[in-house]
Amino acid sequence: MLINHLSHSIIVLILNLAILGMYMDFIDALVIMQLRSGKSGSKLASAGAQGDFIAEPKNGIKENGFSKHHATPSKPKTLEEFEETPLILAIFTYIGYGLLVLFGYLRDLTRRYGLETTLQSQETPKNHGFVPLYQSFESFYTRNIYRRIRDCWNRPICSVPGAKTTLVNRTSDDFGWTFSNTGTTTEALNFGSYNYLGFAENCGPCADAAIDSIRENGIGVASSRLELGSSSLHSKCEELISEFLGVDSSIIFGMGFGTNALNIPVLGGKGTLLISDALNHASLVLGARLANSTIKVFKHNDLKHLEEILRNAIVNGQPRSHRPWKKIIIIVEGIYSMEGSIVKLPEIIALKKKYKAYLYLDEAHSIGALGLTGRGVVEYYGCNPKDIDILMGTFTKSFGSAGGYIAGSKKLISYLRKNSHSSAYATSVSPPLIQQIYTSMYTIMGKDGTDDGKNRIAQLAKNAKYFRQKLKELGFIIYGHEDSPVVPLLLFMPAKVGAFGREMLKRGVATVVVGFPATPIIESRARFCLSAAHTPQMIDEALQTINEVGDLLKLKYSRRTQH
Amino acid sequence: MRTECIFYALLNRSIDQNLSVDYLRNNFLFNPTDIIDGLASAPAYHLIFEALLLIWIVKLLFFTKTFNLAKSDLTEKEKHALIEEWQPEPLIPEVEEENPFGFKNKFTGIPGPTVCINGKEHINLTSLNFLNMIGNKEVEASAIDAVRKYGVGSCGPRGFYGTNSIHLELEENLAKFMNCEEAILYAYGFSTVASAIPAYAKRGDVLFVDEGVCFPVQKGVEASRSCVKYFKHNDMSDLERLLKEQAAEDLKNPRKAKVTRRFFIVEGVYLNYGDICPLPKLIELKYKYKVRLFIEESLSFGVLGDTGRGITQHFNCNMEDVDMVCANLEYAVGSIGGFCCGRSFVIDHQRLSGLGYCFSASLPPLLAAGAITALGIIDSSGDKLENLRSKASSFHQMLESISGVCVISDEISPVKHLMLSKTNGDINGDRLLLQKIVEYCMQNGVAVTQAQYIDQFEYKVPRPSIRLAVNVDLPQEDIKAAVDVLKAATKALL
Ligand SMILES: Cc1ncc(COP(=O)(O)O)c(C=O)c1O
Repeated sequence: MLINHLSHSIIVLILNLAILGMYMDFIDALVIMQLRSGKSGSKLASAGAQGDFIAEPKNGIKENGFSKHHATPSKPKTLEEFEETPLILAIFTYIGYGLLVLFGYLRDLTRRYGLETTLQSQETPKNHGFVPLYQSFESFYTRNIYRRIRDCWNRPICSVPGAKTTLVNRTSDDFGWTFSNTGTTTEALNFGSYNYLGFAENCGPCADAAIDSIRENGIGVASSRLELGSSSLHSKCEELISEFLGVDSSIIFGMGFGTNALNIPVLGGKGTLLISDALNHASLVLGARLANSTIKVFKHNDLKHLEEILRNAIVNGQPRSHRPWKKIIIIVEGIYSMEGSIVKLPEIIALKKKYKAYLYLDEAHSIGALGLTGRGVVEYYGCNPKDIDILMGTFTKSFGSAGGYIAGSKKLISYLRKNSHSSAYATSVSPPLIQQIYTSMYTIMGKDGTDDGKNRIAQLAKNAKYFRQKLKELGFIIYGHEDSPVVPLLLFMPAKVGAFGREMLKRGVATVVVGFPATPIIESRARFCLSAAHTPQMIDEALQTINEVGDLLKLKYSRRTQH
Repeated sequence: MRTECIFYALLNRSIDQNLSVDYLRNNFLFNPTDIIDGLASAPAYHLIFEALLLIWIVKLLFFTKTFNLAKSDLTEKEKHALIEEWQPEPLIPEVEEENPFGFKNKFTGIPGPTVCINGKEHINLTSLNFLNMIGNKEVEASAIDAVRKYGVGSCGPRGFYGTNSIHLELEENLAKFMNCEEAILYAYGFSTVASAIPAYAKRGDVLFVDEGVCFPVQKGVEASRSCVKYFKHNDMSDLERLLKEQAAEDLKNPRKAKVTRRFFIVEGVYLNYGDICPLPKLIELKYKYKVRLFIEESLSFGVLGDTGRGITQHFNCNMEDVDMVCANLEYAVGSIGGFCCGRSFVIDHQRLSGLGYCFSASLPPLLAAGAITALGIIDSSGDKLENLRSKASSFHQMLESISGVCVISDEISPVKHLMLSKTNGDINGDRLLLQKIVEYCMQNGVAVTQAQYIDQFEYKVPRPSIRLAVNVDLPQEDIKAAVDVLKAATKALL
């Protein structure tokens, strides 16, 4: 009986592995075809495009000349690059995943036959006979792959997430199923938090003001904006935001994610076409899905593809009925946080004007972090903020607080006040958080009479450029735009994801590592977020550590010749 | 695109075509093993069929010439003219510029039992600050400590150094408080239930939802893309009718029934009505029809039950019988954020698939610290809850004595909905009338508001009402004075 069972299982296993192999290739081809360059032949080419505005690619490296569009002529020609993955690496990466899946499958078999006890939590016996909450294989990835390197994520800290942070040490006695604190802590350089301007502080004017605000206003509000949730602090902050961004009006919400997910549905609707960048953040995707509109996706930062979609949409009208679209909204981000790339804003504004579309720009990572005075990607390119119909951003990053805003015309904001889901149904922003936004923005604008804000912005820009340049010189494959404070370093192989995270922490540098499924299967990476709070010594220390770990793990894959 | 569709049809869960790739990247749902599972349990003919299908896909992919379905025979010039001609609608419809109620009436200071609105002190019957935790000195002190230790923002999602030891402590305390294995913390009340539901319910599953649920629940339900069956508000016989229908359908298609998850989605105390769900009956139906039970407890958490454990304690039910409880920390607890709790088997899943959990910065530590302290206060002062309940019921009785309006809420609910007894069936007319009452009260030092809904997005717009909330520290005289103002208002205006 058992033999019978086992042989059956083995046959199924072999069959499935074969299919799985095909499946993974297929997925990869698909993902790459969809997300990467339009030419299916050069499947590993960059995410840029050969549009009207852009020079031809050379050796898989993209250059794009913004010079003619630059309002600030002092800025040199910028570079955005995505070096090709060496073929051999891709092959080994697949083998790595193949082995992981194979072993995962074997382990699952041993678990099924009781040779190994399952440490995963189980359903309550009371729900016997219910349809399973998830299929037993649904958590295959969690159980067999993620669990092996789980210690690289959710690392608890017990300090300010500043330039340095204190991590709580954890151990696991059961190979990553559960963790317990050892009671000790480790201090590490922090290259993981989105603390671009270094406003994550527990002392200084921002923290002091926040504390005063707690004393004066408490921490909760217990009402929505449309009921009794607007305090004078809210409107004071909104006025400052409008001034900062150079627009008529703005509104703040309690969560950046919610700002996207709950406002896009209000702007969309039946007969609206939403055109979304392929790498848009989950909140934008969710908002678009809830909007009851048609969604089209263009390849990341690929203006040619965007234009093609716009043209076809207007020419062909709505599917089936062929009625003209009511409106078209293009949704893009300022800095893409996984790629380190920057949106090609001037070209997108040109396209939007040409085709009379509207533009929704999510500046979550770029506000504060780009531009000479921190006004984000709009200032970086010298564009007019009024050319962007909906300016959105979050306060979780550069401002060291929480929440999000939408800014734009008076008409837009007064419509949102009445109709935004978050103004009617969500509790409004906590007073100390508003205070933190207010004080940090006040500092950035130099209204406090110091150069603090200006210095922070300059320091961040310098740190970002230097760090990226040095990593490239060391021979790593680095993605993204020269001026972006987000620096992804490619690791490729799944085993190196865990190894890099651990080895870096061992040497006192906290970094973020991400792998499949958050990235394409072969493009696992580490990500560094630069901060104005990093001193040159800290950066050099981190670079040295990365160099060391890079040698240890053989990560210097770049075949680009260094100038 | 066509081949892609066929491919996804192979997966047990089809994924939205337009967004497939983003969706995969963003949702961690991309699981090669779904397909294995399907195959392992499938009969041989199924395998053969699928193998053929795969071959066909490969053929389609590599050996067919692509042809453009959308190809039109328009000339460039015609296209150009079409583009020139097209005029979009304005981004937003024309609206009157008038500032809505909440934005006109700005408060300063703390929205406690009384609140200062536009410079004038009012009795506060609006803020859902039931236990008066906002402004509580102990809560404030712990929040201040947290700022001194951790700063204000968390600067990252939970996965990427946004997990503070204080989040873990709050999660542990919440789990202990609710007598569950595990709790998961969200940074925003709205996104708690709105992210939790679609983490489990997917296309093809069936949700039995009370039609009176509040908006965040509706959004969660919508995001799940499951088949939604709304039953009449708190009407268990209507629910049973739907369950029987479903059972009959299951008999017709047992294979599908075997993989269709079912969920009840209800609220403990309904925000839109202030009444309580019949939990014991729901639990009975749950086991009879094998449906999982999710309860949104934002209003009942920290309010109902002897020690504030919510609806389960109120009915003396076992927490084990409820699959998941979602609640926010914004009302009774007086902080910001929300949590879900239940068995680890259920809750842990959200740590990789709760969208609002994975893709948003974590709760600022000061708010978590405040919540920990507030939770401790609730845990150690049962008389506070007793007091709240008695205030709620005396308030209820007083409201019932006002002529021209009726109270539809439960007696012990801290939220009361006051509706016009006589309605002419015209929503806008009712609203205008109620708004006059509201203005009258505001002028006479009582802060009240109509329950605000955005009609075009609600599943079923509740009847217009004035929503009142009881604060435990509101003195009896103030309650009486407020009711007198309401009485005068209805007398003058109705
Ligand atoms: C582009 C983008 N939008 C929105 C968000 C969400 O912001 P928050 O963390 O404030 O919810 C993020 C955060 O990761 C983001 O990257």
